[in-house]
Amino acid sequence: MFFWSIVLILIGIYSSYIFGKSRIKKLVYSTNLKPKSQYNYHAQYVLSWCLLPALIVYFSWAIFEEQIIQNLILDSFEYVEGAAYDDGLLLAEIRNVANNIDFSDGKSQEIINAAAQYKSLKLTSQISFYISIIIIMVLGSLYAVRKINIQFNAQDTIEKYIKYLLIFCSSIAVLTTIGIIFSLIFESFRFFSQVSLFEFLFSTEWYPFIPIREGQAAAEGSFGAVPIFAGTFLVMIVAMCVAAPIGLLTAIYLSEYASQKVRKTVKPLLEILAGIPTIVYGFFAFVTVAPFVKSFGQSIGIDASPTSALAAGLVMGVMIIPFISSLSDDVINSVPQSLREGSLGIGANKAETIKKVILPAALPGIVGAFLLAISRAIGETMIVVVAAGTAANLTANPFENVTTVTVQIVVALIGDQEFDNPRTLSAFALGLVLFVITLSLNVLALRIVKKYRERYE
Amino acid sequence: MVENNNTKISAKDVDVFYSEKQALNKISMDIKEKEVTALIGPSGCGKSTFLRCINRMNDLIEICKVTGSIKVDNEEIISSSTDVVSLRSKIGMVFQKPNPFPKSIFDNVAYGPSIHGLADTKSDLENIVITSLKKAGLYNEVKDRLNEPGTSLSGGQQQRLCIARAIAVNPEIILMDEPCSALDPIATAIIEELIDELRLNYTIIIVTHSMQQAARVSQKTCFFHLGELIESGETNKIFTNPDNTKTQDYITGRFG
Amino acid sequence: MNSIVAQERIIALRKKRSAQDLRFKYYGFIAMCLALAVLVFLLYSIFSRGFSAFQKTTILLEINYDQEILKLTPDSTDQEIEKGKFFKVKKNALNNVFENLSKSDAKLIKKLFSTNIDKEIKNYYIDNPSVLNTTQKLWVTAHSNVDQMLKGNSRRDVPEDRRKLNDIQLSFIDQLVEEDRIQKEFNNFFFTRADSRHPEIAGIAGSFMGSLLTLFVVFILSFPIAIGASVYLEEFAPKNKLTELIEVNISNLAAVPSIVFGLLGLGVLLNVFGFPRSTPLVGGTVLALMTLPTIIIACRASLKAVPPSIKEGALAIGATKSQAVFHHVVPLALPGTLTGTIIGLAQALGETAPLIMIGMVAFIPNIPTGITEPSASLPVQIFLWVESAERGFQEKSAAAIMIILLFLFMMNALAVYLRNRFEKKW
Repeated sequence: MFFWSIVLILIGIYSSYIFGKSRIKKLVYSTNLKPKSQYNYHAQYVLSWCLLPALIVYFSWAIFEEQIIQNLILDSFEYVEGAAYDDGLLLAEIRNVANNIDFSDGKSQEIINAAAQYKSLKLTSQISFYISIIIIMVLGSLYAVRKINIQFNAQDTIEKYIKYLLIFCSSIAVLTTIGIIFSLIFESFRFFSQVSLFEFLFSTEWYPFIPIREGQAAAEGSFGAVPIFAGTFLVMIVAMCVAAPIGLLTAIYLSEYASQKVRKTVKPLLEILAGIPTIVYGFFAFVTVAPFVKSFGQSIGIDASPTSALAAGLVMGVMIIPFISSLSDDVINSVPQSLREGSLGIGANKAETIKKVILPAALPGIVGAFLLAISRAIGETMIVVVAAGTAANLTANPFENVTTVTVQIVVALIGDQEFDNPRTLSAFALGLVLFVITLSLNVLALRIVKKYRERYE
Repeated sequence: MVENNNTKISAKDVDVFYSEKQALNKISMDIKEKEVTALIGPSGCGKSTFLRCINRMNDLIEICKVTGSIKVDNEEIISSSTDVVSLRSKIGMVFQKPNPFPKSIFDNVAYGPSIHGLADTKSDLENIVITSLKKAGLYNEVKDRLNEPGTSLSGGQQQRLCIARAIAVNPEIILMDEPCSALDPIATAIIEELIDELRLNYTIIIVTHSMQQAARVSQKTCFFHLGELIESGETNKIFTNPDNTKTQDYITGRFG
Repeated sequence: MNSIVAQERIIALRKKRSAQDLRFKYYGFIAMCLALAVLVFLLYSIFSRGFSAFQKTTILLEINYDQEILKLTPDSTDQEIEKGKFFKVKKNALNNVFENLSKSDAKLIKKLFSTNIDKEIKNYYIDNPSVLNTTQKLWVTAHSNVDQMLKGNSRRDVPEDRRKLNDIQLSFIDQLVEEDRIQKEFNNFFFTRADSRHPEIAGIAGSFMGSLLTLFVVFILSFPIAIGASVYLEEFAPKNKLTELIEVNISNLAAVPSIVFGLLGLGVLLNVFGFPRSTPLVGGTVLALMTLPTIIIACRASLKAVPPSIKEGALAIGATKSQAVFHHVVPLALPGTLTGTIIGLAQALGETAPLIMIGMVAFIPNIPTGITEPSASLPVQIFLWVESAERGFQEKSAAAIMIILLFLFMMNALAVYLRNRFEKKW
């Protein structure tokens, strides 16, 4: 369907273009007047009236066809008394039989019937799709052609259409945000209709897989997210303990001490560090750092688990070093030269100048950079999924297994997804928390940095 | 010199504001057809602003607001219903700094005619390009390298290319915003000669900071100061016997 | 006297201060070296683990393609060959790896070979039908356990019950090594096969293709939309609240964790719009939405860099706004926008978490050919292999990381090249 609809639409827009052009040419010829816009614009006008409705038809079909057919099939399916059905599996089976992927022998009669129905519905749908797309393209072109005349300012109209198209492009970002908020809130709402908000925020028991309380509506487990938040916090603290000093000192060294040559080589190298995919850090944490942490723990008499907050945090710290160093570098560089000169001029040495003058001046910017780094650390997924563990564990010991918000989202969604089950829905509630926290950190950080910039401009 | 009395452009009470700041104050003047009118005055006096009102280039500046009336061929152009695109095809413009498109010399000149649909065939287009380049006095210098980028030319040649580009869309008026300020004296002399030739077919308005240039190329001169039109009239009169003392002071170099 | 004491104190203080100064400088230097050392160590730990995956272990096997056993004739059709009794031929060959094998030893021997060797024996026959009724010496793939042992990735000095191979099997391997019947060769499977449950025949071709298709979708969606959005914001948008909202939105979207985009894909694209699960189509769409802010920001910067005089020149000869922008400004900004897009694509190539959400984490044993077919992607494949218990997968994941890093490097090099080659300084 994809290929042939493209061909059909291409033919449609080509002929509508020719149609529009010949129409205006004829008008010009018969009236012998100069048209207000050039031929091309009239032709483009007709083309857009052919293309847009066609695209609308195409996408509505692409989006709704399968669902409507599925509903029709399920509505008329002859359910056999006493048998258990799963809609998804059933539909998959029917589709397989219809597409002859599975040979129909051994399938029950009602499945075969449904498959036949599926096939005929699909055929009807496709025929009506082609017919309606042709009709709509013809109608669109005819409408546009009727509007064409010598006085018609097609150029302006086309210009307007282009502008609408561009506005649509820029609104994609807004639509994305709305989509994120919508899906998070909608699914979280379903989650909180089964699990109380109070339990989620304040209980310390996170056992989404084990039914522990009798008579609970969901009968599925308990959803106290405190250990998850604590775990996220612990990993983030470890990461910041690594990244903050190293990143900041590196930035200071690069911007205040290093020669041009060193800067030119080191900065791209740090960018490599920033460009490495997070799953690679995950691998590094799991294969290299975690065993090292474990044996180190044993050597100082602590029983460390094979995956630990420390291993994940250390590697996450490495990941955000370039982030902190480049942001701090910008901030330090934007401290006005006059401040440096003032301090050096009264005989302070470089270290004193940096510690007493530059850093205090750059402090808000650096705080902003740290907040952005924290937001990044909280939202990071793959390192902790691979190296931090999945069991919720309320502890402050970095050698122990902890779990984080992002890990629990992955865990909840990686297997079977059932959207009436709080276990699956918990991912969206956690996602909402994550989204709100990272967003506020970000807004806060950007505001601090902006204020700081304004001070020195 | 042939006298004519056909008014091409007629401005009445033109005010221009940048946000709150008034840049032009009640400018009224008539500009005659097929003459060179020079706008002079110290920098920041509003002469470029007035020039850019005539082809509505001020529209590009968001904070800029124009009121009053400018009529070109008795048609009001300071109005939201004005078709800016066709207005600009009727009024060519040459900028302070030569700004050829980073394309070939041919494409530079051909761009205007092709977007306006002035040429139906390729040879028509070639004709337009060649005539325009000839009118701009550039053809002999570039005829063997029409496919080279326009940016490879010297500054003076680039400016003539921009003039050719403006001519190619068949304008009736050409606005020149200090066209020689980025050029050396020899290139300036060539452009000035060219302006003198173009006068036969086009109405030209030139903004210049050089009074000598105004005296050399223009028939009419308007003197702007602090957003006001102080004096306008025959170039000869303005430069030899101005009515206003401010004009006198400026011309004799006492300020500006 | 006092003044001398004061002098000395000042000198001492000055010494202390300059020592402090030096110390501070060294702290910075050490921090920088630490960061770089971690980078080197990280790359080393990956490369040292990954290189061995480019080789596989094969064992020489004598196979008697006996007509009787295979139940085939020289004129057999393809279908008959497909049903030929190759497993019997294999069994005979395995029983004769060493002379006089007991039944239990034969069982142990069998475990030294990959389960794939049935296919290898059959394919050899399909390629060379003339071998019927002859005995052929064939190098066939060894089991991952043997492979790992010979590469030194698993150790033989641990107690027998903690090893995958017991003492007898080890002695067999030693004997094979001695007789030169076991060798390492280039691991073509790694590059030509999709994922498998058996490490020795698992490859990255499937996930690589999946990544390629996903990136294709990302490019098709994000490049035009990013150009449209940035052209609107730079050239057309009026300065009002709505524009400001869009701009704030874009900069905040850039900081939303990638996993949240995965939730968007799951909650909206899959559940509401009914996109097909686990496919490059939905994965690419999610990643396109995710990288869009990055690309838009880069595009806007390069549009801004085009001098306004070019646009003015076009407008002054009566071009419409969109003609001036699309004929002149956008082509000049193209190298910059392409650079930004490539960097966005590189970001998308390494992204894992959102793809897990929309089901690109399924086990896909074949190579996808279209954007609506279920497929894996390279980083998700790495994730699956890292999580896998089998030792043989570890080197595969390291090797896959090497491939992905290679591609990221190439993409970034291309971006830098484009920037240096085409971006004009005005």
